Amino acid sequence: MVPIRSVPIEPGGLTYHDLPWIIQHREDRCTLCGHCTSVCPKECLHLTYRRQRMPNLEVMSNKRGSEYRTFVGIRQKTDMAHACIGCGMCAMVCPNEAITPVLNTVENRTLFLANQKGEAYKRGGRRNTSGPTLLDRIMFDRISMLTDPALDAGRHEFTVSTTLGRILSPEDYLTRTAQGGWIPPTREVFPFIIGSMSFGALSPNMWLGLLQGVAYCNEVLGIPVVMCTGEGGCPPWVLKSQYLKYIILQIASGYFGWDEIIRAIPDMQCDPAAIEIKYGQGAKPGDGGLLMWYKVSKLIARLRGVPEGVDLPSPPVHQTLYSIEESVMKMIQTLSMAFDHKVPVYPKISASTSAKSVLNNLVRNPYAGGLLIDGIDGGTGAAYNVSMDATGHPVASNVRECYLDLAAQGMQNEVPIYAAGGVGKNGNAAQNGMALIMLGASAVHIGKYIMQSAAGCLGNEQNRCNVCNVGICPKGITSQNHKLYRRLDPDKVAERVAETFMAIQTDVKKIMAPLGRSQSLPIGMSDAVGINDKAAADRLQIKYVC
Amino acid sequence: MCRLALKTANEPFSPYEVLKAMEAMKEGYDGSGLGLLLRGLEFEDFKYNPRFPILSGIAENKKAWKRLDQFMEKRGYELKYDHKFHMDRSHMGDMDRYRYFLRAYRMPEEFQGKEMEDREGELLETRLALRKDGEAHGGDLSVFSFWPDVAMIKEVGWPLQVGNLLSLHDSQIQSRVCMAQGRQNTNYGINLYACHPFFVQGISTMTNGENTAFVPIRDWLLGRPFKGYMGYQSDSEVFTHILHYTLKELRLPLQAYKHIITPLSLKELDGHPQGDFLIGLRNACRRLIIDGPNAVIGTLPDETCLLVMDHKKLRPATVGGREGVWAIASEMCGVDAMVPDRDPSLDFQPMREHTVIIPPDRKELEIWSQFDQFPLSLAA
Repeated sequence: MVPIRSVPIEPGGLTYHDLPWIIQHREDRCTLCGHCTSVCPKECLHLTYRRQRMPNLEVMSNKRGSEYRTFVGIRQKTDMAHACIGCGMCAMVCPNEAITPVLNTVENRTLFLANQKGEAYKRGGRRNTSGPTLLDRIMFDRISMLTDPALDAGRHEFTVSTTLGRILSPEDYLTRTAQGGWIPPTREVFPFIIGSMSFGALSPNMWLGLLQGVAYCNEVLGIPVVMCTGEGGCPPWVLKSQYLKYIILQIASGYFGWDEIIRAIPDMQCDPAAIEIKYGQGAKPGDGGLLMWYKVSKLIARLRGVPEGVDLPSPPVHQTLYSIEESVMKMIQTLSMAFDHKVPVYPKISASTSAKSVLNNLVRNPYAGGLLIDGIDGGTGAAYNVSMDATGHPVASNVRECYLDLAAQGMQNEVPIYAAGGVGKNGNAAQNGMALIMLGASAVHIGKYIMQSAAGCLGNEQNRCNVCNVGICPKGITSQNHKLYRRLDPDKVAERVAETFMAIQTDVKKIMAPLGRSQSLPIGMSDAVGINDKAAADRLQIKYVC
Repeated sequence: MCRLALKTANEPFSPYEVLKAMEAMKEGYDGSGLGLLLRGLEFEDFKYNPRFPILSGIAENKKAWKRLDQFMEKRGYELKYDHKFHMDRSHMGDMDRYRYFLRAYRMPEEFQGKEMEDREGELLETRLALRKDGEAHGGDLSVFSFWPDVAMIKEVGWPLQVGNLLSLHDSQIQSRVCMAQGRQNTNYGINLYACHPFFVQGISTMTNGENTAFVPIRDWLLGRPFKGYMGYQSDSEVFTHILHYTLKELRLPLQAYKHIITPLSLKELDGHPQGDFLIGLRNACRRLIIDGPNAVIGTLPDETCLLVMDHKKLRPATVGGREGVWAIASEMCGVDAMVPDRDPSLDFQPMREHTVIIPPDRKELEIWSQFDQFPLSLAA
């Protein structure tokens, strides 16, 4: 018999069924090859010696009733630092289907202990709420039936591009044309834009794959996709290449990478697609960007002009910010001037009840090329959990309000509104995006969806994986460790980017064709959408359908 | 879907001729409405001075009729002629209209020496005020147009039935231009204001088919300061307003209309002689891009007539005729009915890039393509 010892408990002690994910391991299938333990990004699996009682049923003999065998088994660590994140890489590499993480649907006690060493819980990903979003529930219900024929999505000619940049009123356009005045620059782009994910947040291979894919979409497929850099600058070879025209350069409150960008201006072969000034982000409103020290590799440090291995928290506001009028006006004008007034410049803000004030400020700023509103469901590489889960404003009603406000001023064609934050959260990127467009957005930005679709990001809203912040991305998407990111083949990412946009384009046509629309993107076509929620319908000023 | 017919001739003719053409295209409408616009008017019992604006509409009862009279008098208009239709009430059915009116007025004195723009503004404001007054009184007064040398009739019912009701065959009224639409009621309730043609400051168009881009275009037009962009009982009303916006607000030539409602693609514009200007125009007017299928038939104050298609060209319309007489119809049989003595081999069905213009001299058709040089000095 084994003597009963004192039970080893401590306040922060957990057992495996307190964890969000429980490793299910089948000893009978396991060959102890060790693949799972070596691939696990959290090192939560370990080999241990275990003893098993073998009941002996020889009743008539004098032998003892049991025998014991010793074996090597795989166990799950239960301390917070090594809690399973459910990424499932162990299952992916196991040759014998012997192991897999299972979601603990009973209870997850790690939430109470995520504040280790006094640090509030930080993670990557986005707001952890699952189920259909409001955008998922919007239906396109104004179908051209017998009154007039619906179009053929496969054979008909469709115009699905949108404008990036400020547009003059027709009267102003004609006056300025006649007088040789300045016409604000615009770009004709695909309305699904790869949202800002920085070089730093993403691994070099992921970034390269995206860029290759975007170039392929433009140059081979004829889909004018553009992507935004995020705040980490842009590799000098890209700045001086012809691919810069597919890139929106972001400037944010940390100004990372802008030394390189400004220095590269004389050598640029073409203008960038646009400049995005980040004032806020949907995932963490009121917070600056955050690149944690794990990811500040030698390469990233060099690109951003900072020492290696230090946390890079950007300030929540721009250094120059004194008032919206002064700061936004000056920054937009300065950046427009830096690129000879030939590149659209637009700000990005978190969705917020104050979005309309920002918009009205931009309306009066002739250099403002639009407004990007990022909703609470937006993703991020690193943020405090409380910011992600509880701070912010959903994008749909915010965009709608701003659009209606512009429409009341007759300016809905002049200051385009771009929407982001949760587009494609449940895989319905085209549907979500077109719903926002019909509510008044001129284009949408997709980030997390692209990571999931083009690179197989494992994160979800049940807090699966979501470790982008600490650089241990098991797929190599958001890691700066070459042992991890070499898992990701840029060519394959590029291929998936192309496939993704081809499919989105077809879906967009499949949405537009039944509505009888083919000549222009149905921006603000609110008569085409309905929702089975009366309160939401009233708020969005669309139809209630049931 | 609706059926459309337009006839334009040097010699004035009876609107009943156009109604007979509507009869030829009968399969395409359901009797939910008829709209008629006459321009270049002649009355049998009055020598009409084409400078006098004509107020067209319907008064449902005596009270409304009286209010109308008082309103116009108070505003300083002098009644010069009050056309009385010879009514054959046996064709009226369930309706009980008190009075269909076409009344010619002399402008108030203070407008006599004023700029054209002020006079046009006054005519618009008067029409809108009367329309509002009618709406405020349960719809007992409808006003369709108030403009020199333009008469409009709108009624629910079959075209020929309405023609017989008002005895349009008696040649009391004749005109050099007549537009008619037989309505197929689709999206919106039967409403007199929803009958084509639509009219704003001398410019009028009618359309068949559905304009699926209606709501964004309407929302944009409603944001303009111009008061005449209102109503929108029909999705086709925006075509008239866009034409008005092109010609009167932007002061662009007629050819720009097509570049605004159905701009060429960027690829096509890249090779266009004024590609840069037109790309800019396309951007600036992006909210006015229509999404048919539609044929848009219109007339302008100088009796110019036009026909354009939407980009998809799923509702082909035909123009045909000879020097001095031309007809445009949504169906070929309509053209046949209006100008039978023409060479049908010369009939023309415009493609997506064409604007067919019948100039006021009616000598020959002008077929203008979007790929042609744009006739605007500032675009050069």
